[in-house]
Amino acid sequence: MNLTLQIWRQKNAEAKGKIVEYPIKDISPDMSFLEMLDILNRQLITNGDTPVAFDHDCREGICGSCSLYINGEAHGPDRRVTTCQLHMRKFKDGDTIFIEPFRADAFPVIKDLVVDRSAFDRIQHAGGFISVNTSGNTQDGNSIPISKHDADEAMDAATCIGCGACVASCKNSSAMLFVGAKVSQYALLPQGQIEATDRVQNMVAQMDLEGFGNCTNTGACEVECPKGISLETIARMNRELIKASVKS
Amino acid sequence: MPGAANEFNEELAKAGRVADFLELGELFAKDALVREESAGGHFREEYQTAEGEAQRRKEFQFVSAWEYKGAPKDAELHKEELVYENIEVKERSYK
Repeated sequence: MNLTLQIWRQKNAEAKGKIVEYPIKDISPDMSFLEMLDILNRQLITNGDTPVAFDHDCREGICGSCSLYINGEAHGPDRRVTTCQLHMRKFKDGDTIFIEPFRADAFPVIKDLVVDRSAFDRIQHAGGFISVNTSGNTQDGNSIPISKHDADEAMDAATCIGCGACVASCKNSSAMLFVGAKVSQYALLPQGQIEATDRVQNMVAQMDLEGFGNCTNTGACEVECPKGISLETIARMNRELIKASVKS
Repeated sequence: MPGAANEFNEELAKAGRVADFLELGELFAKDALVREESAGGHFREEYQTAEGEAQRRKEFQFVSAWEYKGAPKDAELHKEELVYENIEVKERSYK
């Protein structure tokens, strides 16, 4: 396949960025999108140019590192996949592909297609955990009975990889699908109950502090989420928040 | 090497990782040379029993902890003694 890439280049956070055109030839339809970018970078390095910076790590859809806004969609045109799992067969020979970073005030660009998503880490640090005494007398989690329904819903929420596609897809740059998933995974399980009040209040406060917007129920996040996190998690987060405000 | 040192530079980070692997590889080789015995996956032909099994030596019954001193050749060996209370240390034969 021969393609025309239109890629966002930005030297650093302060620099003004722009779209730069790169033609690329002989791309196999079996390649992943990131492998195609590897080929481009090899060409750029060989020619003495600066390679395009993009985030990647596991390349099997579980680490949440890769991002990219491809032709106006987070993680590209395919559904329920991350950019590393997107194959070039989803495009046609001769296509022009626009590649931009995930855009949000709370995700400032570091370089080219790499954005700073540490705001998510800070939200997690604010409450995305449980505190367990590991003295040796701790009850084995597997011995606590949990209904199949709750276990499944908690597991579905826990599949969130924190990539930020929800934020990039949202017109309000809202992180509520992410925070909803992280709150839900604990709200549904007995281990999460002890710190439930503080958790939801602290995580939502940190989310607001980072400059993420709020949810207006458009649902773009749910469509673009590579893990299929449900909007129900946002409803559950709001329910937890109201519950917490009554309690505290 | 594209780019400079004072900027976000993934290529420089990759080069740094390659340097780490080479240095660690050198330290592994140094550790293997110092350990004049055979033990498990560390097999030296000059230290084998008559049956061709790994020959353990009492004076090497320690864990090597190498202190970083810059280049691997300058690394300093610290020995952490291995004390076995419940098993008898002896050469094994898997034949």
